[in-house]
Amino acid sequence: MADSTTPRMETRLGRVRGLGAGGGTHHWWLQRLTALALVPLSVWIMVSLLALPALDYSTATLWLAQPLVAVFMLLFVTVSLWHMGQGLQVVIEDYVHAMGYKFLALVLLRFTVWFAAALATFSILKLTVTV
Amino acid sequence: VSSASPPPAVRPLSPHLMIYQKQLTSVLSITHRITGIVLSAGTLVLVALLWALASGAGAFQTLTGLLATVPGLATLMVWSFCFYFHLCTGIRHLFWDTGRGLDIKTVYLTGYAAVAAAVALTALTWGIIIYG
Repeated sequence: MADSTTPRMETRLGRVRGLGAGGGTHHWWLQRLTALALVPLSVWIMVSLLALPALDYSTATLWLAQPLVAVFMLLFVTVSLWHMGQGLQVVIEDYVHAMGYKFLALVLLRFTVWFAAALATFSILKLTVTV
Repeated sequence: VSSASPPPAVRPLSPHLMIYQKQLTSVLSITHRITGIVLSAGTLVLVALLWALASGAGAFQTLTGLLATVPGLATLMVWSFCFYFHLCTGIRHLFWDTGRGLDIKTVYLTGYAAVAAAVALTALTWGIIIYG
């Protein structure tokens, strides 16, 4: 419970309605942290793809089957999707003002990002893990 | 207790956006956001490519076949520019987050540098693809 001496940047009514800023610092930090991680990962993916002799099925599967390549690809895709979720959330919050549509768009965004992350993770593991 | 919020007041807008002269700062700001939206779509294409790889040679060839067409390659070129632009202006944002480079002179310098780097990296990438 916040004591009454703590200054808050929202009115009591806003707090009751749950409309005040919530978790903004956490969102900001995660957007920066994912951005920072994506700098070396972006260099890695571009250099790696350009260094491949071809982009056909056998080359791509053999390349991704290497443990470190699979791990870096997992990181690149999942951190990209996380960063995409953070970024598109702000775009939705800035431009979609109707509460119902905003809620729907934010839920759809997270569901899309989670589904894509699961699909990419499974696909990479399927290519690299041999039973 | 009524749960419905009052209808939003219809107020006249003060003149904005359209009356301002375009500036490097505002143009790069909105372009950073637009390229981020384009890259979001591109990330989903990458996920689709990984899914196709896991599904088999046929699915992968169908998808890469689509990307190898003229509209597909044009899309990849636009995507690669968005990738480098967002990377370069993103690094500029991270630099700003340390509290540095926020004076007008440096903002313009890093702005032009980011655009130049994005153009150069895009050209280099396609140079390697075509001639490499």
